Amino acid sequence: MSEEFKIEIVNPEKSFLVKEDVLEVVIPAFEGEMGILKDHISIISFLKPGIIKVFSKSGDENYYVEDGIIEFKNNNLSILTSAIFSVTDLDKSKQEDLLKKAEVEASKSEISDQAKYLADQKVEVLRSIN
Amino acid sequence: MASLDDLKKRIASVKSTQKITKAMKMVAAAKLRRAQESAERGRPYSEKMNNIILNLSNGISDKENAPKLLSGTGENKVHLCVVMTSDRGLCGGFNSNIIKKAKSYFSKTLDEGKQLKIITVGSKGNDQLKRVYGDKIIENISFKESKNANYFDADKVGRIIIEKFEAGEFDICTIFYNQFKNVITQIPQAQQIIPLNNEEDHNNPDESYEFEPDEDEILSNLLPKNISTQIFKAMLENSASEQGSRMSAMDNATRNAGEMVDKLTIEYNRSRQAAITKELIEIISGAESL
Repeated sequence: MSEEFKIEIVNPEKSFLVKEDVLEVVIPAFEGEMGILKDHISIISFLKPGIIKVFSKSGDENYYVEDGIIEFKNNNLSILTSAIFSVTDLDKSKQEDLLKKAEVEASKSEISDQAKYLADQKVEVLRSIN
Repeated sequence: MASLDDLKKRIASVKSTQKITKAMKMVAAAKLRRAQESAERGRPYSEKMNNIILNLSNGISDKENAPKLLSGTGENKVHLCVVMTSDRGLCGGFNSNIIKKAKSYFSKTLDEGKQLKIITVGSKGNDQLKRVYGDKIIENISFKESKNANYFDADKVGRIIIEKFEAGEFDICTIFYNQFKNVITQIPQAQQIIPLNNEEDHNNPDESYEFEPDEDEILSNLLPKNISTQIFKAMLENSASEQGSRMSAMDNATRNAGEMVDKLTIEYNRSRQAAITKELIEIISGAESL
């Protein structure tokens, strides 16, 4: 029995990533990181800014996401997100750009607690990527 | 009858118009392919989004407290219409089809004694609507600077709509756009996005999901995104339709110009012949009378 399942990451513009040989995915769910293995129970959850870690037979990959929603069903993991970047492709200038934007947002005073929390998360995660 | 010189000039001008329409057709064809591709690539996202929302709203525990974006305000007084058109002209019936659809909806709504608010996306729609419904237009958004439909723009429109909804400015929101079927057929659509129309049959009751956090919270997070997604979908369909419509319009124009050139050339040749014949007759009759 194989331990693989399928992952599909889509953003509004295109299908970002499709992989059939995934062993484990760690996603930054809203209430904490969550590891997904094959035969996980059907679940719907949404994401906070963080790193999606994809472990597959053909190599491991990391992606930075700002938001999104995940659905796992019948060993199909779908991730819908509007902002996703591959960590390896994320160059310094782009990263700093995103960081600056997040910092501006985090420093705003009139935003809700949740928005503030999300912005802080963004800053933290972006700082930690190197 | 026009003189030979005039005819010559007209032929030349029709020919140069034909060149322009031909070039526009080529450009539209190239753009159409790109727009079509991105419309196709964008489809999985909106489909998945729809699926998840469907699953979520099936699983929602008490319908009474469901988010307002899903169930509506419970009233049906103020209608917001988002009319999405292009920023450029010369695309056949593309804009007028949307406007026609929208106008019939407007007059129906007004006849029922409901209040109407309009947001126009794209300057062409605004131009056509502001004469009759000028006082109803509350916002005009145009993305002339953006080359292609992108999610960022759609999100902007989505935010405006949600802001107005949360401020209680309307009860029902409908978007108007052209659905791309093929190059010659675009179908104007009116799609209600608030409250969400869940008319599709709920056929998977045995599907049980785990939700984290709970359904309500996910839904209230997801629904605003869905609005933007729907608008983005409409924008993609619209841009493909616009190029398709422009392509067929320009194709027709090129053909018509060709026919016109043929007709004018025949007329030109005839009058040239007539002139020659006339001259000959004059010479001959002049010679005969000697």
